[in-house]
Amino acid sequence: MSVALRTLLYKELLRFWKVGFQTVAAPVLTALLYLLVFSHVLDRRVEVYGGVGYTAFLVPGLIMMSLLQNAFANSSSSLIQSKVTGNIVFMLLPPISYREFFAAYVMAAVIRGLAVGTGVWLVTLWFVDLPYAHPLWILFFAVLGGSILASLGVIAGIWADKFDQLAGFQNFIVMPLTFLSGVFYSIHSLPGFWLAVSHMNPFFYMIDGFRYGFFGQSDMSPWISALITIGSFAALSLATLNMLARGYKLRN
Amino acid sequence: MPDPSAALLIEGVCKRFGSLQALDHVSFEVRQGEFFGLLGPNGAGKTTLISLMAGLSRPDAGRIQVMGHDVVADYRNARSKLGVVPQELVFDPFFTVRETLRIQSGYFGLRRNDDWIDEILHHLDLTPKADANMRALSGGMKRRVLVAQALVHRPPVIVLDEPTAGVDVELRQGLWAFVRQLNRQGHTIVLTTHYLEEAESLCGRIAMLKQGRMLALERTADLLSRPVQHTLRIRLSSGAALPADVLPVARATSDGRVAFVLDSADEVAACLAHLHASGVGLDEVELVRPDLEDVFIAMMQESAQ
Ligand SMILES: Nc1ncnc2c1ncn2[C@@H]1O[C@H](COP(=O)(O)OP(=O)(O)OP(=O)(O)O)[C@@H](O)[C@H]1O
Ligand SMILES: [Mg+2]
Repeated sequence: MSVALRTLLYKELLRFWKVGFQTVAAPVLTALLYLLVFSHVLDRRVEVYGGVGYTAFLVPGLIMMSLLQNAFANSSSSLIQSKVTGNIVFMLLPPISYREFFAAYVMAAVIRGLAVGTGVWLVTLWFVDLPYAHPLWILFFAVLGGSILASLGVIAGIWADKFDQLAGFQNFIVMPLTFLSGVFYSIHSLPGFWLAVSHMNPFFYMIDGFRYGFFGQSDMSPWISALITIGSFAALSLATLNMLARGYKLRN
Repeated sequence: MPDPSAALLIEGVCKRFGSLQALDHVSFEVRQGEFFGLLGPNGAGKTTLISLMAGLSRPDAGRIQVMGHDVVADYRNARSKLGVVPQELVFDPFFTVRETLRIQSGYFGLRRNDDWIDEILHHLDLTPKADANMRALSGGMKRRVLVAQALVHRPPVIVLDEPTAGVDVELRQGLWAFVRQLNRQGHTIVLTTHYLEEAESLCGRIAMLKQGRMLALERTADLLSRPVQHTLRIRLSSGAALPADVLPVARATSDGRVAFVLDSADEVAACLAHLHASGVGLDEVELVRPDLEDVFIAMMQESAQ
């Protein structure tokens, strides 16, 4: 890793760590509230897979949802803040390549996502005993899912000129895709049309694969989910790198 | 014939924003070790040109080299040779002064740079603020940090875009002493400023830009050896109007006065006598050394003749 890349990564980590209360503690609390409300309402009524209660089913979904949303929030909000305040110039003046730029923002966002995901996992330990059938799948989908959202965050942060545009991107794209991905339910309980729609949502595969790592069972084969997730990341990172290489909105 | 050893080579550079031609075939060279002034009124294109040098934006035509490295094709080398102090007062509110400078060093590939950082902090009178958060600094101090950030990698070419805007007199002296020292040590300096005296006392050569075009590129000494001009500013009494014959040479100023740029003291006397004879009432009369804008006006009138 070059010094420039390491420095940019360090700067991004220091940035979210200095406001860790907002960037890590707050999303953990949000996830905990979801857990309390949904599991209280639904736990005795729903059994999703054989032998898996609703709360146990919900927890990996919540971990992954928090991880994904925070990975997105990290790269997108850091970039738009730097753009709006103008201090992005400090990263544009030095000889940092666009690949290093991309790598640093994605890695920092994944680390933030993993930190929040770990936080959610730790607090939920009090509520459920989760099995850990395939830990490597857990890690695989956590890192790759985080990378996808981090990359999407880079695109959104560069594209948006104002904070409300970024909020729009988050509310109309990221939130619906996460909520309709089977965080709160197994998509097989959905009527046919919505089932088909969910199958087109890449977020579904990330969450389903992640869940497979815990229970050893899921809606899809983890290999299919892995392929789709890898494909999504490849497509998205190529698009992001292309945007950065052209200097879109950064070097006009 | 372009000089391959030039610190800065600018050749036929054009840049357009929508319908506005911000830079129109600008060409000049800055030799290594020069102290060079880039002057021009607001909107002349100075910052646009600096952005192109720094790779913050891309020219529509022409090319720019920093120490022989093309700023587009060989951007890594070009950027490592260039230090830019941006005109806008920007900072990252998450960090302290020292963190800011360490991070900036890292971006340029420098890991252990604290000795040099300490020296810069000392010269810019920032040592007592080294561990203060950027948010807690006054505007003038933030600007000093901007200067410090441009110097972390000891760039051979240093570009300062109005570094003294909003900086108090004392620091201004200190800053120029430091920049002069860097220049003596061999750094090439390019400076934009709206303070003509600053440019006069510091710069060996001055380029003048207006509406994206180069008006002049001269040694400062030659510029100053032009016939001395005077600017006469008057405020008309209410209800008074200028006689028609002076309208072509009169210029309205932003504060509601009227300015005449005149070549000699005799012309000043003649102008006032003429106004008096025409029965124009005056509330206020002021005679000033020409400011930068006056120099421009005079130069443009010359070039039009
Ligand atoms: N990003 C941009 N989009 C549109 N127009 C721009 C942009 N940047 C600069 N301009 C225009 O280009 C012209 C040159 O601007 P520039 O900032 O280079 O002037 P300047 O010489 O630095 O002026 P000042 O002394 O006020 O700093 C101005 O008319 C400005 O409005
Ligand atoms: Mg400017």
